[in-house]
Amino acid sequence: MITLSHFIVLGAVLFCIAVAGLFINRKNVIVLLMAIELMLLAVNMNFVAFSRFHGDVAGQVFVFFILTVAAAESAIGLAILVLLFRNRSTVNVAEIDSMKG
Amino acid sequence: MQLSTTILLIIALAPLAGCLLAGFLGKQIGRAGAHSATILGLLISCVLSFYVLYRITAGGAPAYNQDIYTWFEIGRLHVSVGFLVDRLTAMMMVVVTFVSLLVHVYTIGYMAEDPGYQRFFSYISLFTFAMLMLVMSNNFMQLFFGWEGVGLVSYLLIGFWYKRPTAIFANLKAFLVNRVGDFGFLLGIAAVLYFLNTLDYATAFASAPSLIGKSLALTANTHWDAATVICVLLFVGAMGKSAQVPLHVWLPDSMEGPTPISALIHAATMVTAGIFMVARMSPIFELSNGALSFVMVIGATGALFTGLIGIVQNDIKRVVAYSTLSQLGYMTVALGVSAYAGAVFHLMTHAFFKALLFLGAGSVIIAMHHEQDMRYMGGLRKYMPITWITMWIGSLALVAIPFTSGFYSKDAIIEAVGESHRWGSGYAYACVLAGAFVTALYTFRQMYLTFHGKERFVVVHGHDAHASHGHAHEDAHEHGDAHTAVGPNEHPHTEPGHGEPGVLHHPPHESPWVVTLPLILLAIPSLLVGFFTVGPALFGNWFGQAIHVEDANDVLGELGHEFHGAAAMALHGFLSWPFALVALAFVITTYIYLFNPAMAGRIKNALKPLWTMLDRKYWVDDVYFAFFARGGVKLGRLFWKAGDAAVIDGAMVNGSAGLVRGIAAAVRRLQSGYLYHYAFAMILGLILLLGGFWVFGSGLIGQ
Repeated sequence: MITLSHFIVLGAVLFCIAVAGLFINRKNVIVLLMAIELMLLAVNMNFVAFSRFHGDVAGQVFVFFILTVAAAESAIGLAILVLLFRNRSTVNVAEIDSMKG
Repeated sequence: MQLSTTILLIIALAPLAGCLLAGFLGKQIGRAGAHSATILGLLISCVLSFYVLYRITAGGAPAYNQDIYTWFEIGRLHVSVGFLVDRLTAMMMVVVTFVSLLVHVYTIGYMAEDPGYQRFFSYISLFTFAMLMLVMSNNFMQLFFGWEGVGLVSYLLIGFWYKRPTAIFANLKAFLVNRVGDFGFLLGIAAVLYFLNTLDYATAFASAPSLIGKSLALTANTHWDAATVICVLLFVGAMGKSAQVPLHVWLPDSMEGPTPISALIHAATMVTAGIFMVARMSPIFELSNGALSFVMVIGATGALFTGLIGIVQNDIKRVVAYSTLSQLGYMTVALGVSAYAGAVFHLMTHAFFKALLFLGAGSVIIAMHHEQDMRYMGGLRKYMPITWITMWIGSLALVAIPFTSGFYSKDAIIEAVGESHRWGSGYAYACVLAGAFVTALYTFRQMYLTFHGKERFVVVHGHDAHASHGHAHEDAHEHGDAHTAVGPNEHPHTEPGHGEPGVLHHPPHESPWVVTLPLILLAIPSLLVGFFTVGPALFGNWFGQAIHVEDANDVLGELGHEFHGAAAMALHGFLSWPFALVALAFVITTYIYLFNPAMAGRIKNALKPLWTMLDRKYWVDDVYFAFFARGGVKLGRLFWKAGDAAVIDGAMVNGSAGLVRGIAAAVRRLQSGYLYHYAFAMILGLILLLGGFWVFGSGLIGQ
């Protein structure tokens, strides 16, 4: 029997993978974007699980909004990425530190 | 009939008009214009002053006391500009304007070649204005205005030759010492306002008896009698202005200024402002025997001990300066024994003969081509007979030979001190008696050294006098020394290397008429004014309401019982102790300086320690210099180093900048610029937040 806690654990695992992706990755900005998407998916997983658990469809509707926003966000993020590459000729995260104080 | 306000305003403002004309339009109106304008202003003022004196004395005019203009109002404090003209004021006005007028005329001769001619006339007219405001005032604030005004002009004139370092030192010293006195004076005025709630003379004096029994409690255990506090504080102001011990140190140095102002400001008028002020405040001073004893002891000390210094001075002007200190001491003693009329009377006679002596000394200085050292004079009487005779008249008045005006005032003071029973009067009597002897010693010594005996200068007709004349002027300008070089020989103290001391390039000669005329005009009152005025001024209650003496203190009234006319007083004077002492001093000095000049040196060597003490002026200057001046510098350095440099600059200004810089340097390390560091911080924050909720529960921010 698959219970609510399984879904929550899955969400947590996905989130942790995403966080790890943010930290461990030093090479590629694209991976960062992917990690952020993964975080959103982890959250979506929780939404869907609780929606089903409470029998309230609002949570699932919310997921659709998140996916839409995530798509838009990814588009903007990729556009920024293209501009970043054009300007700095690199997508290496370790080299993008112009905000260093 | 009441005096007219217009006349009083003209008296006060005519010198100011002259001052402004000469000061601001000096270039346009030229030298002759400057002295004409100022002398005209003074002449108007002087003539009207005499008129006012006549109206008050003989014309039966009541005392004038009126506010003319509201100066300022703060809360209940109402300060106005107004005049109080009674007999005391009228007499002071005449003395001030008369001496000032003569000094103006004299200055034409003395400053003839000085580049600062117009400036000088502007200053002395400004002085006359300030002095008139001081004596004519009807309230404490205007008195203080005049007080500070004369102080300012004194400062400007001592440093008139502002390129001479000694003059700058002297005027700074005068200003600083006077600040000490003025601070006390201001506190005194504040005390008057505190206790009597008014600054108007008439109101304050009327309510003065209410001071009895009041006291000032600074702490729980100190209760100072209100009248004593007020009087001592006011007298501290007088000590500064009238150069009383221990604030006397500025007066001898003020001789750095041109001689005319030494006569006008530092002998005849300004320094007597303190005496005048105390006499004016007599209704308050009469309430405090303690304060009057203080006044008397201070005055007596000055009268004797500053006179002693005069004996060892070689500079002709300094002898007269120490004589002034001594005579101011006499006036102060008279104030201290409640003989206010005696003090003011001596003030008047002293103004005439001391101005005469100073102007005479100036005349000698002109003749000696600005040589002031008496050791290089001698035998001048045949070169300058008018100066010689007039200075003898002044000297006789100074040493109080009977029938001269100095006798009447000074003898009255000595007698009054002898009559007094106030605490300290025994000491004061001893001081003023010994002072009479000392006065005669230094006065006769000065006269003999200057006018009699062998000539101790040589006249060299080596080269063209005119060429040397121009040369001296060039040098004077090169050295930035603006003082009048009538002859080529400069002052040996200020200009070393400028010719040998005691070597003249042409023989001394009598000064021009603008110099000798004031001498003659001053010699007349020095000789005669006492004889005609002593009766009413001292014993006839001439001052009327202007001076208030308690019956118990009325020593002059006691003396008045024995007064049988001026001639009788003078004849009696021949038999008195002071005259015997003067005669003794005359014999001693005559023997030493006319017949046995070598003896002066022998006496000096025999009394070497005493001589050194007098020559060093009891080390008062040295102590002040070491303690106050150096101490002040040290204190200033401490505040500079510790307060300004360390605390304000170091800790506060640079410290706050450094603190920000340090924090920023630490915090900057957090700003790595790496995205994942920021992300990590966010996650960390989230974890801490959630962890906090988990550990402490949501109650932490719940309510």
